[in-house]
Amino acid sequence: MQVKVDRELCCSSGMCVTNSPEIFDQDDRDGLVMLRQSTFRPEQFAELRLAADLCPGGAISVVEDAVEDDAARR
Amino acid sequence: MTTSPAPARPAVPMPSPHSARCPFDPPPAYLEAAADGPVTRAELPGGDTCWLVTGYAEVRAVLSDHRFSADIRHPALPLLLPGRREILASNPTFLRLDDPEHARLRRMVTGDFLVKRIEALRPGIQQIVETALDRMTEGRSSADLVAEFALPVPSLVICLLLGVPYEDREHFQRLSRTLLSSDSAVADVAAAQQELLDYLGDLADRKRERPEDDILSRLAARDDLTPRQAARTGLLLLIAGHETTANMLALSTALLLGRPAQIARLADPAALPGAVEELLRHLTIVHSGLPRVALEDVELAGTLIRAGEGVLALLSTANRDAAVFGGPDRRPLDEVDLSRDARRHLAFGFGVHQCLGQPLARAELQIALAALFRRLPGLRLAVPAEELEFRADTLIHGMPSLPVAW
Repeated sequence: MQVKVDRELCCSSGMCVTNSPEIFDQDDRDGLVMLRQSTFRPEQFAELRLAADLCPGGAISVVEDAVEDDAARR
Repeated sequence: MTTSPAPARPAVPMPSPHSARCPFDPPPAYLEAAADGPVTRAELPGGDTCWLVTGYAEVRAVLSDHRFSADIRHPALPLLLPGRREILASNPTFLRLDDPEHARLRRMVTGDFLVKRIEALRPGIQQIVETALDRMTEGRSSADLVAEFALPVPSLVICLLLGVPYEDREHFQRLSRTLLSSDSAVADVAAAQQELLDYLGDLADRKRERPEDDILSRLAARDDLTPRQAARTGLLLLIAGHETTANMLALSTALLLGRPAQIARLADPAALPGAVEELLRHLTIVHSGLPRVALEDVELAGTLIRAGEGVLALLSTANRDAAVFGGPDRRPLDEVDLSRDARRHLAFGFGVHQCLGQPLARAELQIALAALFRRLPGLRLAVPAEELEFRADTLIHGMPSLPVAW
């Protein structure tokens, strides 16, 4: 799974950090979203989908990887 | 003017009264409108009508779409208190502005509400909560929970963060209640807003000379913010930090005292955050809808909303949407269930205006509710449940008092 954050769209609601503090952070300088990881384990995918869905500014997007998804389903 | 088919039922009068039988629920008229469909019609005081958006997906769509404006200066923005449009428009806070001006002003204070900043405040909040409980219980076995706990705790916390002297609370609490009450005369609202802006402006002037470690000092020191704008942002944070958490604390306590089997979840640190999310979902104190106006034609759930038409997005009904919160067994949503996964709730709104102070609200609610029921295991209502009073005069649901005993 690929995860992208768009800092221009971030409104610093803190939703992502509240639900997944091990994956997301807020930049000390400007309060905008940062990723704490660059690769993600399959057991984190549900959390990442939730974070993308609940981000009020639409700043978090996930791109499902077909191969990983197949692996997760098996 | 719209090409959409006429709605099946007459427009819902806004605001509609709460049910005396289920005072914790959104007004029955809103729930009935939601049952009719996700987009219906509302009638505003004064006779104008606008769209009423009640479904979860549709409320999210409106609040996250830049084609819907929150700008108070737009004459078609639907207001439940239309007489106050000029007062609000004369001093718009970023809550009622669009990007880019909204983002510019909001980003000046986001740093103070970062999750890690609020996490670091937890020991201080805990101490404020314990002290309030010490004072409330010392030598007594009953109290008004609103006056002695639900209001003082968030009030002390936001005063500390902003740098507003807590000793001035009677002054600014009286004025902010005038601002929030739908019963206030327009002239009184204008005077209260002016007095609060002057008060915060004077405070900011002093902090410009002698800065301290607080939000008002940081706002006052900025050269890209006029003193008036600094006072407006201070006013928004002061009011938002008070009434919302105070009402959530009182309503949550009253609700749970009638459902004692659920209180145990508050004592489990692992279950506490989820329990608070469910209380936020179930109670959604902003009952009467967030106003927006369409800047372009937008189709929403098969309904064409024309440019220039007003919309009220109802968070309270969106948070009762069974498709989202019912779980696999579609559990009924008119009952609070502290074990429910309620994380998708919209009690803090959605889109770029979503509540800036939500990490603080969560911390306060978690700490205060857990401590209250831990310290007072025998807590009970001091009057029959039917005699509890609920605020009918404000746009935020709440309780003027909550008599309890232990």
